[in-house]
Amino acid sequence: MSSTITPLSADQAGHYLDLLRQMLLIRHFEEKSAELYTQEKIRGFLHLYIGEEAVAAGVMPALRPEDAVVATYREHGHALARGMSADAIMAEMYGKIEGCSRGRGGSMHLFDAATRFYGGNAIVGGGLPLAVGLALADKMLNQPRVTACFFGEGAVAEGEFHECLNLAALWRLPVLFLCENNLYAMGTALARSESQTDIHLKAESYQMPSAAVDGMEVLAVEEATERAAAVVRAGAGPYFLEFRTYRFRAHSMFDAQLYRDKEEVEEWKKRDPIVTFAQRLQAAGILTEQIMARLETEVWAEVDASVTFAEAGAWEPVEDLAKYVYSERPAP
Amino acid sequence: MSTIKITYREAMREAIRDALRRDSRVFLMGEDVGRYGGCFAVSKGLLQEFGPERIRDTPLSESAFVGAGIGAAMGGMRPIVEIMTVNFSLLALDQILNNAATILHMSGGQFNIPLVIRLTTGGGRQLAAQHSHSLEGWYAHIPGLKVLTPATLEDARGMLWTALEDPDPVLIFENALLYNLEGELAEDAGPVDIDRAAVRRPGRDVSLITYGGSYYKTLAAAEQLAGDGVEAEVIDLRTLRPLDTATILASVSKTRRAVIIDEGWRTGGISAEISARIMEGAFYDLDAPVARIGSAEVPMPYAKHLEQAALPQTETIVDMARRMVA
Repeated sequence: MSSTITPLSADQAGHYLDLLRQMLLIRHFEEKSAELYTQEKIRGFLHLYIGEEAVAAGVMPALRPEDAVVATYREHGHALARGMSADAIMAEMYGKIEGCSRGRGGSMHLFDAATRFYGGNAIVGGGLPLAVGLALADKMLNQPRVTACFFGEGAVAEGEFHECLNLAALWRLPVLFLCENNLYAMGTALARSESQTDIHLKAESYQMPSAAVDGMEVLAVEEATERAAAVVRAGAGPYFLEFRTYRFRAHSMFDAQLYRDKEEVEEWKKRDPIVTFAQRLQAAGILTEQIMARLETEVWAEVDASVTFAEAGAWEPVEDLAKYVYSERPAP
Repeated sequence: MSTIKITYREAMREAIRDALRRDSRVFLMGEDVGRYGGCFAVSKGLLQEFGPERIRDTPLSESAFVGAGIGAAMGGMRPIVEIMTVNFSLLALDQILNNAATILHMSGGQFNIPLVIRLTTGGGRQLAAQHSHSLEGWYAHIPGLKVLTPATLEDARGMLWTALEDPDPVLIFENALLYNLEGELAEDAGPVDIDRAAVRRPGRDVSLITYGGSYYKTLAAAEQLAGDGVEAEVIDLRTLRPLDTATILASVSKTRRAVIIDEGWRTGGISAEISARIMEGAFYDLDAPVARIGSAEVPMPYAKHLEQAALPQTETIVDMARRMVA
């Protein structure tokens, strides 16, 4: 794993603060979501990304607007970092018509055509074939675009994972495979489910370049993604990145976390991607207490505004229940 | 009108060729569709004509290449994905159900999937229990999909283009026993509608409702019945989803008797659905309970005599219809 700390550069100060702000937004948006869940404003499943923010926040700046993103059911962070509005995401979790999927998807199925965000897939491994197909279309249409495909390390046990790595490599498709290895597939520890726990090595058997990256370090994530995306965009075929990260919260809101020690969680929390990055920026004189206070205020205002937006939203009329099962077509 | 002699296989190939010529976004992918020429030789010669970009041989990974078809459709292409048999499609069921059929709805109408999947279906070739089943009824259960079952040369030639123009996923089930069927087809045959059943043979005494591979057995049964003075009306459903209930009910209301012939299993099958719709829509017009003929409720056996005993047969249809009008 590349563990060298990326040196800070003074002329990037504004960008660093953007990254910090992005991670803070994801963190506070989800803290608020958890609270709203206990108030039963949000129902269904709610999978929090807290602890893993550096991955989404670091990957997205390396992508371009014309690129595509395929994500998992733990995707609030990806959606926010991709530029989807907190309002539309919160309204979606409320089940309101103003939601990014008109209340048809919920937390696990955030979609947005404007930012080419293709879900929110709640079948582990099920998004990979879509990413391969989006990339195939780009290749056949001669579009120099990249499809970024997120999945957890649990997905690598699925057949679809292996089918898709093979097909993408065989056809040299522009896919960026982004594995978020948070060490637990729901409650199953990596070593209890994989014969090879060095996940990125699996890409080698498909002749695919790969790297393991510190997923708690936002600059390392960004740098690795930029490097990989450049290779993919140049037409060299897919690239595989394994981000080593950790989920601080439970798998979902129904998880007593009997499968891991509290000490382990506490150890990882010492590597909190937001706290550690903020400390570095402070040490470098880029972040001051005043700036931090301003960021916190801004981010909470955005989160609170999303709740207000969602609360004020409307329910889709039940008469529209059968809409979007088939495309609406103009009358002949 | 001048006609040409053509097989079902050739009609299907002509449909694919026509689509490839009409629209540069169309491509065919699947196992052995290229160099091999297709497991059932449907795509024979197309690789030479259109090249490996548009006639794509895939690895044996149904889930990946069906899912890739879904992604490519969302990405602006018009893929035709071929799955060798319906039994193999079960390896891609996750993609077909959880993605192709649901993404339009889950995304609140943002992403439609203009994908066509072609699959062979049906028994009668002594291929036993992993290559012979008729699962089109299962797929017809799923909202979000359209399910076509071309039985005639016109439909083999004409349904594909209409399916490709559809904004949503369409599955085309080709009964493998039909590939060698030969007949006359209009020289200028082209696209046909994909949402209406067809009354192929008008009659007044009993409605024989069928589709796909059982269609010709049913037609033969109607011929035999005519010899006895029983005029059977034969309905070719053509499309199992959406089901053309209006045509079924109009026929049954006229004949007052219905036999449904379906190569699938009866329990929970498409024949059960059709029967229920007749009860709901034409109960008071019926002179007899609706009858169903399906495959025996066993995995398809290999031995010829057992397989034939398991499948719907012309004689069974004739017997059932006779008893009903007696």
